[in-house]
Parts: sequence; structure tokens; C-alpha cells
Amino acid sequence: MIRTLTALLAVCLLLAGCGQSSSGGSSSVSPASTTQASSTQTPLTGTVNVFAAASLTKTFTELGDRLMAEHPDLDVQFVFAGSSDLVAQLQAGAPGDVFASADERNMTKATDANLVAGEPTPFVTNHLTIVVAPGNPHGVASLADLANPDLKVVVCAPQVPCGGATQQVAELAGVTLTPVSEENSVSSVLTKVTAGEADAGLVYRTDAKGAGDKVSAVDFPEADQVTNVYPIALLVGAQNPEAAQAFIDLVLSSEGQQVMREAGFNTPQG
Amino acid sequence: MRLASTHHKAEHLVKTGVPGWLLLPAGLAAAFVGTPLIGLAPSVDWPNFWGLITSESSLAALRLSLLTAAASTLVCLLVGVPLALVLARMQFAGRHLLRTIVLLPLVLPPVVGGVALLTAFGRRGLIGRYLDLVGIQVAFTTLAVVMAQVFVSLPFLVISLEGALRSVDPRVEHVAATLGATPTRVFTRVTLPMVGPALASGAVLSFARSLGEFGATLTFAGSLQGVTRTLPLEIYLQREVDQDAAVALSLLLVVVAAVTVAAVYGRDHQP
Repeated sequence: MIRTLTALLAVCLLLAGCGQSSSGGSSSVSPASTTQASSTQTPLTGTVNVFAAASLTKTFTELGDRLMAEHPDLDVQFVFAGSSDLVAQLQAGAPGDVFASADERNMTKATDANLVAGEPTPFVTNHLTIVVAPGNPHGVASLADLANPDLKVVVCAPQVPCGGATQQVAELAGVTLTPVSEENSVSSVLTKVTAGEADAGLVYRTDAKGAGDKVSAVDFPEADQVTNVYPIALLVGAQNPEAAQAFIDLVLSSEGQQVMREAGFNTPQG
Repeated sequence: MRLASTHHKAEHLVKTGVPGWLLLPAGLAAAFVGTPLIGLAPSVDWPNFWGLITSESSLAALRLSLLTAAASTLVCLLVGVPLALVLARMQFAGRHLLRTIVLLPLVLPPVVGGVALLTAFGRRGLIGRYLDLVGIQVAFTTLAVVMAQVFVSLPFLVISLEGALRSVDPRVEHVAATLGATPTRVFTRVTLPMVGPALASGAVLSFARSLGEFGATLTFAGSLQGVTRTLPLEIYLQREVDQDAAVALSLLLVVVAAVTVAAVYGRDHQP
């Protein structure tokens, strides 16, 4: 009996360990519903599903609350995850009205899959920064300082957006980084630094800001030259296109941009 | 079909077969588990399959996975066999607590295991801070991968071996002892040979579980090619850029796991 149970457990755990690989596959996308556009005066109702990159959790939740305060009958629902996971979910038919990606590559994946209605709009930009333990005990002052072999440096893997940006700033600075770990997400990098396992990491300024006093951030000039653009778009399968557009408009408005800037994002130029 | 209990009289021999209506849920269960696994095969980009699984990063991940899983299995045997023996043979206060603790990783989410390992062996951990003082740092090393794997796979060895040890007739060991065999000799010459099959299956399961370990490794050891990025971590990363590579590597891992599990549990149970 115990052996059988163990075998079952073993199989379950093995499977869990393998990770899920959702195959994109075919996605049947219905064309945008051509409901009569109501005037902006009309209060918005129903539910709007916003698929947004995990780094937008705080800001978008705040903006969603503001929109719901304005339209009491509207329910703004968020799905926050890594941008590539979100695209995979949308491709598999998850019902979304708005998609906000943390990079242009994943937005392109969504447009290529015919998920996006119209042109995606860049709404914020983000830049890398160095995070170190509070008070910067190792006196890190530039990206070149991270080449010090005594420092345990953690970065994003080149396969993910933050890792691509990391490669670019390193090239610009002419620095060869030898990280002890290349993580899958910027939040994993941050965690390794806040936990004290790593001495330094490269994350986005918004992540550093979000971590509060658990880390110290060290800005470096090359970071300004590598811009990570966040695009937002209305989705083809939107069930509530009016509310979806209202949310996008709020994000792009000066009010929305103010919220984004307070979190460390930059407003895109031009 | 009538239920056997309503017609229990002597007109038929009592049937001990499986009730027919159970075949439906049984089939559903099999299909539920089987379909996604078999479904991997048609999703594979077969023309490029060989290239995908023999890329430099895939081979590095496969090599590291096999190496660390073998090391973990060895460690599990070295410490798991004595632990199983203690649990099966000794009576002491806290035995149930000890067993609960040892088996806990079976049901814990692996990421919790990783966090727990960090709090113990991380640079600021209970033990790690002292290791750090003498210049030993575990995190981000291959050793951390092995530790994560031992943490999650040890219960498999202990649970299967303990059960086997309990079913061994204690009189056999007793006879050996009365004939003058020392406890060590009884253990190596009598007890261990009798639980050989359970030992083998426990070891194979530990190996398979180590091979599939993901969450604790990612949390505790990090992810660097050739050092800590095992096959499951490589699959997780490849998903970001190359779904085909991720599917191909997933299938590879499923096949390795299937062969392993089949080797132990595929056949009918032996007494």
C-alpha cells in the first residue's frame, strides 16, 4: 500500500518538477465585437480583464481602483504574470481585454498571433539599476565594480528581457560580468539580493524602488542608454472594449503617468 | 450488472473481479494523466529534435542533472538507510515526530523546501552564517543543487525502506544474533539482503525525484549553465525563448522518468 502510494506520489512530483510547457497551438480568436461605442459620459459596467506584466502589479492595481471608483458598476480584474506567460495564456484562449507587456518582444508575439486590435502604444519605459545590500557595504559605484570576482553578482538570463538589457549595458560599459546565477525573472534577482545571498544584482529601477529600504540602488550612466519599453494594447477578443479603452486611456493620461512615475517608471519620449 | 452483495448465495462462485462501473473513473484517471504526457510527442518539432536536445546548453543541463541526481542518490543511500533502520527498529520518544519531519518534503511545495534550505544554509542562515565565517558558501554551487535534491528525495528512500524493514520477520535477525552475529553483521548480511528490492526501488525513486527537482534548486541554488542549471531549470528558461526546445527537453525528461519508474513499478508487485 505504502509502495503504491509512494509510486503515485513519485509520479505526481516528477511531473510537477518537469514544469508545465503549454504549447501555444492554435488559438481561435473572434474578431472584436462591434458593439455600438457608447458615449464617454455613459458609466462603464461589466468586467474588464487586464493582462499585465508582473512589474505593473502595484501601479495598475492603483489605476484600476481609481477607474472603479469613477465607475461603481465596473469591475477591473487583473492577471499579473511574466509577459511571456501572459502571451501563452492569451494564445491558449484566456479571455483578456487589455494586454500590457514588459517588453516589445512579447507584444510582438501577441501581434503576430493576431491577438491585438490596432497598434500597441508604448506607455512607460524602465531602466536597469544596480541593487546592493542596504548601505552598499562593498562600495559599488559603477557597473565596472561588479566585475570584481569577490562579489557575488546575480543577473537575469539573456533569454529574458531584463537579461537582454543587462547584456546591452555591459557591452556599453565594456564590462564582462561573471554572475553566480542567471535568473529567470528580475524578481528572482531582487530576492537573491534582499536575502543576502548575492552581493549585487541588476534589476529595473522600479524593482529597486519597490523593495524600499531592503536594498540600496546604485545608478550608472550606461543604464540610461538602454531603454526597456512597455507597450499596452486592446485585445481582439475584448468582451468589454469600451471599459478596456477607458483603462488604456487612464494609463496614458497625465494622471496615469504620474502614478507610473512615482513607482520609478519613465514616460516614453515622443 | 448486479452488485455482488445482493446475490451472495451459493448459485454462483463468488466473483472477485473489479466492478464494471469502476472502469469509467479508472479510464478517466488514466486518460487525465496520460493525455498530456503522450500529447507532448506530437508537439515536438521532430525534424529538429536531435539538434534541440544536443545543443550545448541542453547537454550541459543533462550532464549536470545526471551527475547531481547520482550524487544525491548516493547521499540518500548513505544517510537514508540508517535513518530507515532507526525508524523501523528502534522505539523511542519522538519517533513519530521524526518520521513526520523526514517525510514532510514529500508533500511540501519544492519552493518551500528551497526557502527552508536558504534559512538554514544561506549566507545569513542558521548554519550558513557559521559556514560563511570559515569561507564556505553553499548557495550558487553544485553542492547546493545536490542538497536541494537530497532534501526532496530522501523521503522516497526512507519510506520504501522502512516499510520493507517492518515486513521482515524479526525472528530471522534474532536467530542470526543468537548464533553470535554482531549487530553490524546482522545488518549487512541478513537485514540488508532481505530488503534488497525495496532498497533498489527506493534508490531509483530518489534518483528520479532528484532528476525532476526544480523549485528548491531554483530558490536555493540559482541557475547557471554547467553549475546549477539542471534540465528542469533549462526547460523553464527555454520556455521564454524557444518553445520547441522546451517541449523537446520536456519529452526527454518524461522518457527518462518513465524508464526509471517503469523499471521499479511497471511490473506487478513481487512479494
